[in-house]
Amino acid sequence: MNINPYTGIGLAIILAFVLMALLADIIAPYSPTEASGNVLEPPSIHHIMGTDNLGRDVFSRIVFGSRTILMVVFLAVAISGALGTILGLLTGYVGGAIDRVISFIMDSIYAFPSLILAIALSVALGPNPLNAAIAIALTYVPTYFRMIRGQVLSIKSEGFVEMAKALGLPTTRIIFRHIFPHLIPTLAVVFSMNSADAVLTEAALSFLGLTVQPPTPDWGFDLYKGRGFILAGAWWMLAFPGGMITLLAIGFALLSEGISQSHAVKSFE
Amino acid sequence: MLIVEDLYVKYYTRRGTVSAVSGVSFTMQKGEMLAVVGESGSGKSTLALTIMRLLPRNAVVERGRILLDGIDVLKLSEDEMRRIRGSKVSMVLQDPFTTLDPLRRVIDQFIEFLMEHGLDRRSAEKLALEALESVGIPKTLAYSYPHQLSGGQKQRVAIAMAIALKPSLVIADEPTTALDVVVQKQIMDLIDTIKRGGTSVMLITHDIALAIERADRIMVMYGGEVMEIADKGTIMSRPLHPYTQGLLASIPRLGSDKIPESIPGYPPDLRNPPKGCVFHPRCPYADERCRSIKPQLIEVEKGHWVKCHRVVKA
Ligand SMILES: Nc1ncnc2c1ncn2[C@@H]1O[C@H](COP(=O)(O)OP(=O)(O)OP(=O)(O)O)[C@@H](O)[C@H]1O
Ligand SMILES: [Mg+2]
Repeated sequence: MNINPYTGIGLAIILAFVLMALLADIIAPYSPTEASGNVLEPPSIHHIMGTDNLGRDVFSRIVFGSRTILMVVFLAVAISGALGTILGLLTGYVGGAIDRVISFIMDSIYAFPSLILAIALSVALGPNPLNAAIAIALTYVPTYFRMIRGQVLSIKSEGFVEMAKALGLPTTRIIFRHIFPHLIPTLAVVFSMNSADAVLTEAALSFLGLTVQPPTPDWGFDLYKGRGFILAGAWWMLAFPGGMITLLAIGFALLSEGISQSHAVKSFE
Repeated sequence: MLIVEDLYVKYYTRRGTVSAVSGVSFTMQKGEMLAVVGESGSGKSTLALTIMRLLPRNAVVERGRILLDGIDVLKLSEDEMRRIRGSKVSMVLQDPFTTLDPLRRVIDQFIEFLMEHGLDRRSAEKLALEALESVGIPKTLAYSYPHQLSGGQKQRVAIAMAIALKPSLVIADEPTTALDVVVQKQIMDLIDTIKRGGTSVMLITHDIALAIERADRIMVMYGGEVMEIADKGTIMSRPLHPYTQGLLASIPRLGSDKIPESIPGYPPDLRNPPKGCVFHPRCPYADERCRSIKPQLIEVEKGHWVKCHRVVKA
C-alpha cells in the first residue's frame, strides 16, 4: 500500500507536535514559566528561539504551549464530531419533523461566521481551555451534521439497507453497523479539515485572552504578547509562535487533502 | 397461510394523494406460489411492502387486514413486527447487486441476521453455511466479500437468507429482472424449490409468461386493484377480464405468425383514478356502466375471481 505524500507529510507534522506535547518535560530545556536568561535575548545556542520580555525561554514555552493548543483542538473536534455525527445519523435516517427542526437549528448556527460565534461563546462561557474547546466545538457541529445527514439520505435508500430492514434488523443496528462504516472516509477528511480550522480558531481565541491565563504557555497568547515587542526588534517572540500555529494548521490541511485524494482515487479504480 | 382483506394503501405527496392499493383481497395457501402480475405502477410493490410493514413514511394503510398464520400483521407493534421480518415473512429484492453491504463478508452479514433472531454465534454460522450450501454457494464464497460474487450468486445469497429461518411466506419482488437470461432461469429454479419446505411464495412480476411458467395461481393487478385471480390453468384457458386477455395476447409466441399485441393506452394516474372501473379508459368493451359504476370482485367459479361488469356469476 502506498501512502499518499500529503497524508504522510501531514501526519508527520501532527505526530511531531503530539510527541512534543507528550514529551514536553524531556524536550524543553528550561521551565516555560520562569526566567532562564536575560530579557529579549535573540536566538542563540543557549536559547534557540531566544527569550521573551520576562527572560523566559521561548522554545520551552513553544514546547509546553503545544499541549494547550492540541488539547483544545482535539477536544473541540471530538465533541463536535461526535455530536454532529450522531445527530446527522439519527435525523437523516429517521427524517420527519425531528429532522426539520434539527436541520433548521443547524442551518442557523451554520449561517453565523464561525470565528465570531466561537468568540461570543467563549466570552459567555468564561475564559479557560475547556470552555474554548466547547465554544469551538459548537461552531463545528453543523459541519458534521450536514455532511453526515446528506450521506445518510443517499445511503439509506441503498439495497443493503432495505435488505437489512427486510431481515428484521433493529434501526440502531442498521444506522451504526450498516450505514456509519460507509461514512468513515468522509468523516476522516472533515475531521482533519476541521482540525486545521480549529488550530486557527484556538489561536485567535488565545490571542484575545480567551483560553489560558498567564503565565501558562500558549501559542496564540504568546503571539499576542510578542506583537508588542516587534518594534524592539524581538521578531522571535512573534515569529516562532506564529510559525508553529501555521505549521500545525498546514499539517492538518495536508492530512485532509491526502485522505480525500486517496479516497477519490480509490473510488475511480 | 396468508389472508389479505379489503386493503387500501395511499401515498401522500405534495402533488396529491396516490391510491396505490385499493380494495385488494386474496388468500395464499401453504406451499403455493402466487404470481402477482401487472404493469408498472399497478401497486405490486406497495402490496409487498404493506405485508412486510416496510412502507415509506408518506404511506398510510387506510383500511384492511392482513393475517399471516393467524397473526394480524397490521396490529403488531414495530418491535413485534421486526422479529417477524426475516423469520416468518421475508423478502427477496429486485436488484441483487446492491443488497449486500460491500464492506462486510457474506458470512458476517448472514450471522448478524441470524443472531438478531436469537441464534448464538456458533449455530448461526452453522445454519448460514448450510443455507448457503443449499443454494449452491460454497464455503469459500461465503467467507468472501460481496464484490467477489456475481449478480446471480448475490441473489442466491439473498434467497438463502430469506429462507434460512423457514418463513411461512417469501415475497420475491421482480427477483430476476436485473439478471441475464441464463441466470434468470437458475434463480427461478431455485425459487421453485422454496415451496418444497411448505413456504408460500409470492412472485411479483410484470411478465405474465414467467408467471404462467412458474406459479400455481395468478393474481392480475391493475391501477392498484385486483382484476382477476385464478389458478394458472384457468388463466391460460379461460381468462375473463379484458385486461388479462390483453396481457396474454401480448406474450410473444415462438413459431406463431401473429404479432403480439400490446394493450393500447396508458396506466391510470392514481392521484386521480378514473371513475367507475379503473380499466375502462383502455377497455375495448367499455360501456356507460363501466364509466360510472365500479365493478365488484366476484367469484365466478370456485377459486376464479373477476372484477368486470361483463362477467356474470355462473
Ligand atoms: N414513496 C412513494 N410516494 C408516492 N407515490 C408512490 C411511492 N411509491 C410508489 N408510489 C406510487 O404508487 C403506485 C404504485 O407503485 P408500486 O411501486 O407499488 O407499483 P409496482 O406495481 O410495484 O410497479 P413496478 O412494476 O414499476 O415496480 C405508483 O403510482 C407509484 O407512482
Ligand atoms: Mg415494483
